[in-house]
Amino acid sequence: MANVITDETIEYVGILAKLALSDEEKEQAKKDMGRMLDYIDRLGELDTAGVEPMFHVFPVQNVFREDVVTNGDEREKTLQNAPGAKDGMFVAPRTFD
Amino acid sequence: MDILAYSAVELSAAIREGSVTAVEAMEAVLARIDEKERVLNAYVTIDRERALKAAAAAQEKIEKGELTGPLAGVPAAVKDNLCTEGMRTTCSSKILENFVPAFSAEAVVNLEKAGAVLIGKTNMDEFAMGSTTETSAWGVTRNPQNTDHVPGGSSGGSAAAVAAGECFFALGSDTGGSIRQPASFCGVVGLKPTYGTVSRYGLIAYASSLDQIGPLTRNVADCAAVLEAAASHDPKDSTSIDRKRVGEDTDFTAALQDDVTGMRIGIPRDYFGEGLDSEVRSAVLAAAEVLAAKGAVVEEFDLSLVSYAIPAYYTIAAAEASSNLERFDGIKYGHRAAAYEGLHDMYKKTRSEGFGAEVKRRIMLGAFVLSSGCYDACYLKALKVKAMIKKAFDEAFAMYDLILGPVAPTTAPRLGESLSDPLKMYLGDIYTVAVNLAGLPAVSLPCEVDAKGLPVGLQLIADSFQEKKLIRAAYTYEQAHHKEMR
Amino acid sequence: MAKQYETAIGLEVHVELATKTKIFCGCSTAFGGAPNTHTCPVCTGMPGALPVLNRQVVNYAVAVGLATNCTIARHCRFDRKNYFYPDNPQNYQISQLYLPICKNGHVDIETPDGTKSVGIHEIHMEEDAGKLIHDAGEDCSLVDYNRSGVPLIEIVSEPDMRSAQEVIAYLEKLRMMIQYLGASDCKLNEGSMRADVNLSVREAGAEELGTRTEMKNLNSFRAITRAIACERARQIALIESGQQVTQETRRWDDAREESCAMRSKEDAQDYRYFPDPDLAPVFVSDAWLAQIRDSQPEFRGEKMARYRQEYAIPEYDIGIITDSKPLADLFEATVAICGQPKKVSNWLMGETLRLLKEKGMDPEDIVFSPANLAKLIGLVDSGAVNTTVAKEVFEAMFAGDIDPEIYVEEKGLRMVSDEGALRNKAEEVVAANPQSVTDYRNGKERAIGFLVGQTMKAMKGKADPGMVNRVLRDLLDEM
Repeated sequence: MANVITDETIEYVGILAKLALSDEEKEQAKKDMGRMLDYIDRLGELDTAGVEPMFHVFPVQNVFREDVVTNGDEREKTLQNAPGAKDGMFVAPRTFD
Repeated sequence: MDILAYSAVELSAAIREGSVTAVEAMEAVLARIDEKERVLNAYVTIDRERALKAAAAAQEKIEKGELTGPLAGVPAAVKDNLCTEGMRTTCSSKILENFVPAFSAEAVVNLEKAGAVLIGKTNMDEFAMGSTTETSAWGVTRNPQNTDHVPGGSSGGSAAAVAAGECFFALGSDTGGSIRQPASFCGVVGLKPTYGTVSRYGLIAYASSLDQIGPLTRNVADCAAVLEAAASHDPKDSTSIDRKRVGEDTDFTAALQDDVTGMRIGIPRDYFGEGLDSEVRSAVLAAAEVLAAKGAVVEEFDLSLVSYAIPAYYTIAAAEASSNLERFDGIKYGHRAAAYEGLHDMYKKTRSEGFGAEVKRRIMLGAFVLSSGCYDACYLKALKVKAMIKKAFDEAFAMYDLILGPVAPTTAPRLGESLSDPLKMYLGDIYTVAVNLAGLPAVSLPCEVDAKGLPVGLQLIADSFQEKKLIRAAYTYEQAHHKEMR
Repeated sequence: MAKQYETAIGLEVHVELATKTKIFCGCSTAFGGAPNTHTCPVCTGMPGALPVLNRQVVNYAVAVGLATNCTIARHCRFDRKNYFYPDNPQNYQISQLYLPICKNGHVDIETPDGTKSVGIHEIHMEEDAGKLIHDAGEDCSLVDYNRSGVPLIEIVSEPDMRSAQEVIAYLEKLRMMIQYLGASDCKLNEGSMRADVNLSVREAGAEELGTRTEMKNLNSFRAITRAIACERARQIALIESGQQVTQETRRWDDAREESCAMRSKEDAQDYRYFPDPDLAPVFVSDAWLAQIRDSQPEFRGEKMARYRQEYAIPEYDIGIITDSKPLADLFEATVAICGQPKKVSNWLMGETLRLLKEKGMDPEDIVFSPANLAKLIGLVDSGAVNTTVAKEVFEAMFAGDIDPEIYVEEKGLRMVSDEGALRNKAEEVVAANPQSVTDYRNGKERAIGFLVGQTMKAMKGKADPGMVNRVLRDLLDEM
């Protein structure tokens, strides 16, 4: 296996993706990710010099809305699924020091 | 006549003629669900009360002459990643266990406007990540053709419900084959439209640049009718395409013609190489002969880059998914961990509890391929390969009207057989993912059944916006094949 | 001898654009409003919701780019900046990294050493975040997404500034230009203009820039000035003690007059930017660019030239009035109604500036309307109120945009023009002050002044002093 995923990498990816993995899951993730990256490395076989990355498959551009207010007060709908709400706001864990 | 024996379009005609009511049709479907669902588990949510009420309302409108379309009064199912106002929408994930959207997906709105009546939400691989419907948080769905086998995925619930008569048609979504492959495994028709044809507004995104909503139906005529109703140019979706502006309208039912005379069909040799099951191979080649007999010009050709589509696809899909699924954080909706210490611990616990193994695998891979050390070598490289794949298709469609091949290398695997080796499961997408990368339309049609009694699917691929060619060829094949079967 | 250090400062200025709606949805951008009442599925990151770009955001961004001498990118697109925080409902911010809309501009500022050019590295469009409110009672944060999705442009300068004075001059110049464009009201106190300061120090004469820090949470020019002084001192102290400056983001605490590092171990600082697949790229055609260029408003220099031609007001007044777009707008709108430039200018240069200074307000905070100022001028012209009363009415207008005509009536401030009533009062005053009458007769002109004052007092100020003077003289001469 060309791609060896270290504990540090898995830790780092866990921070980026906000996932806490058990030791067992970490070991499995190292294996899975290593295999997938080996597989992705096959793309390196292709000469892509001069090829522009294709972000959108069709050349659609300039899709706009006009600057007109179309939405009213939708607070009730906004909050209807909130795990926690107070005073018309979402409740989140403390963010202030 | 048995109500459940009608196709969607036939049923609507019968309702409009007055020989059946929309409520009777809904009752028949609910009775079938009662009979089958315990084993199949095709649905995540069934709302009987709402379904019967909506059926009665549709019936009233039909009687008043307000609803006249070909889907008026027809009971339909919708994949659980399409938002339905007031009806729980979970993406088959624990993280959205109790999520009730405040709006419906544009495709659902369009179908309801056309008079279709919503039964409920169909099971799927969690967040559409999988090929078997086994990664659902709500249990596996079984293949109605053989309940020891998977229905395919990720729109496995939709395919199974259509195949089992638990609905008259269903909507699915297709990011790398998720409509076509389960349609193939369950023996129904499934079409993935050109990217931008059906609005993605209200589709809970897996990979935004590849996702496209499409119909799963009992036959080609239903497929055309459902696509016609679902498609729209939606100003709420920046990637929605005004097909009229590109010179292509959406009157797909006009393409239901039994005629392929002179149509040029290419068969990529690379689609028939190593790894393809011999029964699938012979069934698909037999189907090509049927079309040839009807006057199509069929020949083999070399479509390059076939084996690079999967790594490119998984890189792009995982990258987009890692970002799209960041919004599931326990603050605005969905699951939140019960106990945590501080903000970031809440995020991690919530997401670790809420997401299943396959989703975690893909979002970790996605975060990695977008990270600073890997962006150019992985993500941009994959987008360059995507451009090359698109070019290869452009060259093919300069020669052919359609490309013909299998949908999947095998028929439906047994339950539990695929999950043990994710990479092997990914390889099963080899004939479908390139279509999504290139934004093309493609249809999966039932052709034969294998020795185990499992359906084999035939895939037809057309150039962008050429759904009508697909429908014409599919309809022609279906007519000939039916005649043959009789 | 102690080493000499040079400070290099670059600014990241966020400006909230004056659009009616948010950047990607049809929610109102109006300031205030109960929490989450200006929200929808798009700006709260609901599953399945999709963004659609507000055309006006591009118009404003290009307009600011042209005003700051930038090259306008014909092709640009939006990227996702991925990071988890509760004020960011999608946990990615839609911004521009790879292809920003404007690049390579400059803004000229006046310094004691003459005109200096500050380079603009780029200007990009992005969405604002929601607001977090600390709930002390339950020890949690509350999230309001009313500001989430409000359009911003971020103007990133080169590290060309060397002092707090240059920074303030640059910010004032930017603010004036953007206000002139109508692209933003640029209110620092409401957060519609915010500046992050990137600062590094190096030994005088050194080629390479030192390691920089980024300072956030600077809500006033005063805070910016103090933060620059503190951060410069902090970095020099680190270097002098042989330590290294760490590249980091710091948060300014204005009450404590100190800053602290914001980084936590959960912030990987790896934003995984990639082009947002939900948004189409933007192409600014020649025609569109020309259209924006043609509709650029008159800038200050042009405005000053026009004022000299059109209005007979002093050069000094022109300088002050055109220095602020809100003031200039107010001036022009009032003149358009009453046609008296000099009088309007007097009100702005006098009472308006005095009250602004007294109350610590900026011209953009002015609440009275041009129509009401014109009415007040009309009241003075017609003799309905005298200047003393007019100043009193103006103070009320300044505080709450009252209609001066109604105010004058309600408060009974209208001057008495009934000569009979005035004459009666004057007779009473004359009768009560025989000594003054005698003095007047003896040629002491000052005596008339006393009698005028007494009569004005008896009239409770509601009389024209000129008329009082005339009536008194008539009376005395008749006697």
